[in-house]
Amino acid sequence: MKSKSSRASAERPRKSKEAKGDHRVGVFVCECGGNISDVVDVKKVVNEARSWKGVAMARATTYLCSKPSIEQMKDWIRRVKLDRVVLACCTPNMHRKKFERSFKEAGLNSALMEIVNAREQGSWVHPDDPEGATQKTIDLVRGAVEKAKRSTPLEPMELEVERSVLVVGGGIAGITAALRLAESGRKVYLVESKSSIGGHMIQYPKVFPTLDCSQCILTPKMGDVADSQNIELLTLAKVKSASGVPGNFNVTVSLKARGVDPEKCVSCGACSQECPVSVPNDFNEYMDERKAVYIPFPQAVPSAYAIDFDNCTKCGNCVEACARKAIDLEEKPRERELTVGAIILATGFQLYDITQLGQYRYGKHPNIITSLQMERMLDITGPTKSSVVRLSDGKEARNVCYVLCAGSRDVSKGLPYCSRICCLYAIKQAMLLHKAGIDVWIHYIDMRTPGRRYEEFYKTARDEGINFVKGKVAEVVPASDQITVVAEDVTVNRLIENTFDLVVLCPPICPSRDSTKLAENMKVPLDENRFVLESHPKLDPLATKREGIFACGMAMGPKDIQSTVAEAEGAAMKAVNFLGEKREIEPANAFLGAPQNCNGCGECVQICPVEAIQVSQGKARINEIVCNGCGACIPACPTHALDLQGLTEEQLTAQIRAVLEGSRAETKIVAFMGKGTVYTAADIAGVNRLPYPSSVRTIPVPSTSRLSLEHILQCFAHGADGVMLLEPPEQEGSFGKAHTMAGERKEEYVSKLEDYGVDSIRLWFSNVYVPDWRKLVGAFNSFHSMIEGMGPINSETRQELVNKLEKRNRG
Amino acid sequence: MRLRISPGASRFTDRVAELSGENLRACYQCGECSSGCPLASEMDLLPSTIIRLVQLGQEEVLDSKTIWVCSSCLTCAVRCPQQIDVAKVMEALRQLNLRKNIDRIRIEEIPLDERRRLPQIAMISSFRKQTA
Amino acid sequence: MKNAFFPGCSLKTPARGFEETAISCARVLDLELIEIPRWNCCGTVYSLTTDDLMHHLAPIRNLIRAQKMAASGAVDDQRLVTLCSMCYNTLKRSSFLVKENPDKLKVINDFMDEEESYSAKVEVVHFLQLMREIGFRQLESKVKKPLRNLRVSPYYGCMLLRPRELAIDDPEDPKVLEDLLAALGAHVVDNPLKVRCCGSYLTANRKQTVADLAHDILTHAVSEGADALAVSCPLCAFNLDARQAEVKNLHPSFEFVPIFYFTQLMALAFGLNPEQFGFDTHTVDPRKLLKEKGLLDGE
Repeated sequence: MKSKSSRASAERPRKSKEAKGDHRVGVFVCECGGNISDVVDVKKVVNEARSWKGVAMARATTYLCSKPSIEQMKDWIRRVKLDRVVLACCTPNMHRKKFERSFKEAGLNSALMEIVNAREQGSWVHPDDPEGATQKTIDLVRGAVEKAKRSTPLEPMELEVERSVLVVGGGIAGITAALRLAESGRKVYLVESKSSIGGHMIQYPKVFPTLDCSQCILTPKMGDVADSQNIELLTLAKVKSASGVPGNFNVTVSLKARGVDPEKCVSCGACSQECPVSVPNDFNEYMDERKAVYIPFPQAVPSAYAIDFDNCTKCGNCVEACARKAIDLEEKPRERELTVGAIILATGFQLYDITQLGQYRYGKHPNIITSLQMERMLDITGPTKSSVVRLSDGKEARNVCYVLCAGSRDVSKGLPYCSRICCLYAIKQAMLLHKAGIDVWIHYIDMRTPGRRYEEFYKTARDEGINFVKGKVAEVVPASDQITVVAEDVTVNRLIENTFDLVVLCPPICPSRDSTKLAENMKVPLDENRFVLESHPKLDPLATKREGIFACGMAMGPKDIQSTVAEAEGAAMKAVNFLGEKREIEPANAFLGAPQNCNGCGECVQICPVEAIQVSQGKARINEIVCNGCGACIPACPTHALDLQGLTEEQLTAQIRAVLEGSRAETKIVAFMGKGTVYTAADIAGVNRLPYPSSVRTIPVPSTSRLSLEHILQCFAHGADGVMLLEPPEQEGSFGKAHTMAGERKEEYVSKLEDYGVDSIRLWFSNVYVPDWRKLVGAFNSFHSMIEGMGPINSETRQELVNKLEKRNRG
Repeated sequence: MRLRISPGASRFTDRVAELSGENLRACYQCGECSSGCPLASEMDLLPSTIIRLVQLGQEEVLDSKTIWVCSSCLTCAVRCPQQIDVAKVMEALRQLNLRKNIDRIRIEEIPLDERRRLPQIAMISSFRKQTA
Repeated sequence: MKNAFFPGCSLKTPARGFEETAISCARVLDLELIEIPRWNCCGTVYSLTTDDLMHHLAPIRNLIRAQKMAASGAVDDQRLVTLCSMCYNTLKRSSFLVKENPDKLKVINDFMDEEESYSAKVEVVHFLQLMREIGFRQLESKVKKPLRNLRVSPYYGCMLLRPRELAIDDPEDPKVLEDLLAALGAHVVDNPLKVRCCGSYLTANRKQTVADLAHDILTHAVSEGADALAVSCPLCAFNLDARQAEVKNLHPSFEFVPIFYFTQLMALAFGLNPEQFGFDTHTVDPRKLLKEKGLLDGE
C-alpha cells in the first residue's frame, strides 16, 4: 500500500469515557416557518422528548437556523450545561456545518450533535399524514437522543494541502479559471485534449448578442495563458486517473506525442505543404480537409504545428521541409504524475450526434448541416471563406431554414432539457445571413431569449425581417438540390411548406464524451443527463459532490459564454478558498475498538475499498487519512475488534432500538441509507414533495456495508416489519466497492433470516442514485404496501428473535 | 369566436385522457405531430389543434373531419417530444362518436366494383376503425 | 429449424404470391414455416382505447394456437412468425398488452373458457427479423441469380416500425430491407418517404387520399432512381399497386411503377420457379420490367 504523505500536525486527542446515564441532552425542534409544523405536531414532539431519561430540555422554535435562535441555543448550552444536542429540522446537508461551528463556540464538540431530518424526509413527504409524520419524528428524535448519549467528542486532523490546481479543459471556461487562479498566485496545470486551447468559442466568427468578433476577444486571453508564469499548459493531454484525498490529489495525465517541438516551431507551414496525407478537418466540422501535420487555426496556443499520428504515414517529407528541425516523428506518448490540491472540471460540450434522429436526414443530403458547420461556413477563415453556399453544388444559398429543438426538450429521445443557447445562436447566425441578403426562416417551439440584452436582440432580428415560425419541424425531405420543409404554424393552425437551399439543424447540447468518462473515473456523480452534478442547485452550483473537485461551464449544463465566464471565475474562487492554509480531515474513521480481540487475521485488509488498513505487529493498523469511513470493515471482522467513530456499535444498536421501541406507529420500516448519494436522492424527493408512507424511518449510515446481519435482526426484534438497504451503484457513490457489499451480503442475509423465522421478503435491497429519486419513492410505496399487506411480524416470532439475539451476545 | 370554458370542461379532457390512456396535458403545442402527419393536408383541424382543444375541454373536436382522416400510422406517436400517443387520442375521439351507435362507414357506400377490388384486409381494417 | 407461422387472410387470396415465395425461400434457408392450425383473422387494426378487451380476443386466440403448437413439440421454439405487417403489428401489440396487464389477461382467459389459458409467453416475430437472424451473408450464399441492374427502393410503411416497442428497426431510418435487397444483388435506392403511411384502411372510402399519398411515395422513389418498390404488407401493396389507376387519373403524366413483395425478389434471386410468384395478381405487371433487366426469361 502506497504510503500517504501524512503531514498531520497534531496528535489526536484522547477520547473521554462518559457514563451513559449522566447526560444532559438538549432537544430542539424547528417549525421552519410552517414547513415542518404544518404537518408535524412540534409541541407533541417536544413534550415527548422532555419525558425521556437524560433530556435536560426540549424546545420548539420558528427557525432554528436564524441568528437569534442559534444564539439562544448557545446560551442554553452554556447555562443549562447541555452536553449533547439533538436538532429536528431540515436536512443536515443544509445547515449542519453552520450549527457545528456555532455550537463549537459554545464549547460543544461537533460529534456531540445529531440532526433529525424532519422536513425533506418528514413533513414535506407526509403532507396528508400528520399523525404518522409526528410519530415518525418522535421515533427518530428518540433514536438520535440515544445515539447522542453514546457519542464521544472527536477532533478533526489537520493536513497541509497542495497549493496547485488542475484545470481540465482549455475552452473559455478553463482559460478563465486558469487565469484567475494564476492571478491569485496559484500554480495551475491546464490540461487540454486538443493540440490548442480555445475550445468551441474559437470556432465562432461572432458571439451574441453583441456580434463581437469571437476570436478577437478570445485570442488575447489565450495569449495570457501562454504568457502566464503560473500556468503550465499541457496540450494533447487527457487526465487518465485521479486518486488521493481532497487537498492531495494524485493525478496521472497521459500526453500524446506532438511530434513537433513547440519551442522550435515558428508556424511557417512548410511541413504541411509537403505532407501527402489529407484527412477530414474536425476544426471545420469535417467540411474540408487538413494535412496530417497541421495547425488547427492560425492563432493556436501553443503556437505550433502538431502531427496527427493516427494518420501520419511517417514518410518524412515534413522533417525534410522543416528549416528549424523541429519535427521528431519518433516522439512517444508519455505520462505525467501531478500532485494537486484541487481540481476544476471545465470539459465543455459536444453536439448530440444528430444522425441518430433519422427524421432529419443528416448525412443523407449535403445541404442539411449542423449549427456548428454553419458557424464555420460564416467564418472568413472557414472552408468557404464565409460564402454561404449549397454544399451540393457550391451555388450561393438564397434561403436557409433553422430547425430548432432538433432533439432538445424531447422526453421520448431521452433529452428532456432545453439546450439554452440555440435560440440565441440561431438569431445570431440569421443576422449574419440576412446581412448577406439571405432569406432566413427559424422554426421553434418557444423562443427563449432571457439574459442580458437577449430580448432586444430578438426584436432586432424581427425588425430586420428574419422570419420566425412557431412550429417544430418533424422531418425534412430532399428535393434534388433543395430541401422541402413542412411544418405547422401553430399560431394560425395551418401547415407551411417551403423549399430551402440549406437546412441548419440545432442539435441538443451534450456533455463532451471525455467529460463523462473522466467524471466516472474520478467518481464525480453526474446527473441524469450526464452533466456534472452540482453540490446544491441553488446555493452551491460550482462544487461537485466530491470535496475538492469543482466544475464550471458547459460541463455542468448548457449555457452562454457570459454565464460560463462568471462560473469559471466563481470556481476559481472556490478552489482558492478550499486550498486555504490547512485542511481538516473528518474524524469519522474506523478504529480498533477492542484491540485485545484483534488477531491480525487480515479480513479487514481484504475488504477495505481504499486499502486503508494494514496488519503490522499482529494487529490491524488503519490509515486515518485514507480511511473514508464507509464502515465496511466493521462487520467483516470475525472477532468484533473494529468499530467506527461517529457511529459505534453501541450507538447504532441503541439508535435502532430507540427508533423502534415505544413507537406507536402501526407499521414500521427501517430504511438504512448511505449518507451521500441515496440520502441526497431522498432529500430531492422531499424538495419535489413526492409523498410516501410515514412508516419509512431513515437511519443514515455512511454506507450499508457498515451493517451486519445482527443489525438487521435487531430491527426486526425491536419492532420493524420491514428493513430496506439502499445503496448507490458502485460507480455513482464515493466508496467504491463498499457499495456492492450490501448487495452481495443480501443473499446470505436472506437465507439466514428464514432461520430466525422472519420472511425474507421483509428485507429489501435497492440500488438508487441521485437522479433515481422517483424510483426511490416508488420503492418506499411498493415496499410499504407489501409489508402492510403481510401484516406485522407476530409477537412470538419477535420475542424468539430477542431471545436468540441475547443468547448470541452472551455466547 | 370565443371558446367558452364551461364548468364541466375538464371532465371532457379527463374522459379523453382516460379512454386514450394518454397524458395529453403534457402537450406544449410544438406542432411536430402536425408537421409530420401524412394526412394533415386533408384535415380541418390539425392534430396539435385537436389536442389543444381537448386540453381546453372543447367537445367540438368530436365533429371534426380530422379524426376520420387519421390513418393510425403512429408517426405522431413516435415523434411527440412529450411522448403523447396522439393516435390514441384520435381513437378515443372516434370511439366517443362510434359508441353512440353511429357507423361512419356503411357497406352500401362502397361501389360494387370497388368491393370486388378491395382486399379483405382493407375491408376488415376500415370497418373495425369506422363502425360502432 | 421449424417455426410456427401465421398467414392471415390476405396471404391466402390476393397476396398468395407473398406467402408462397416466403415459404419456399424459407425452405432454401433451412427454415420450415408451419402454419398454425385453426387460425382466425388476426383482428387488425389493433384497438387503441384503454378499455377495450373484446377486440383483443381474436389475436390472443391465435397466440393460444401458437402456444399449443410449441407445447406439442412440432416447432422449435415459442415464436410465431408473421409475414403481413398488419398481422405482425396487431398480434405483437396484443401480446404485449396481456403480458404487461395480467389482470386483462385473466379476463380474456376466463372469457375464452373453451380455449386453454394463454400464458403470455409467445413471441411474435416478423419474417424480416428471422432473415436478419439467419444473416444476410447466409442469404447471399443462396443467391443463384443476383438481381443486377434492378434498382429497387424498399418501402416499409407503418406497421413494422411503429410504435417503437415493436419496431423491427429504427422507425425513422430502418435498414433491414436495404440490407436484404443488397444481399440479393440489387441496387438499393433510398426513398425519403420509405416510412410514410400509404393511407392504410382509408383506401375503403377515401381512395383519393390514398392516391395522393401513393403518388408522393412512388414519385419520390422514382426521382431517386428506382425502377420498382419492395413492400412487406398486402395493404401497402394494394395501395401502392392497385391504386396506381387512381394516381394516373389525377396525374396523367404519372408512369406506372411495379411493386414487389420482398419475398418475390428473394425467390427470384434464389432461382425458384417464377410461375409460383403470383405476378398475375399484380395490377402493374412487374414481368415487363424483369424481362427488360434480364432477370426473367421469355418474350
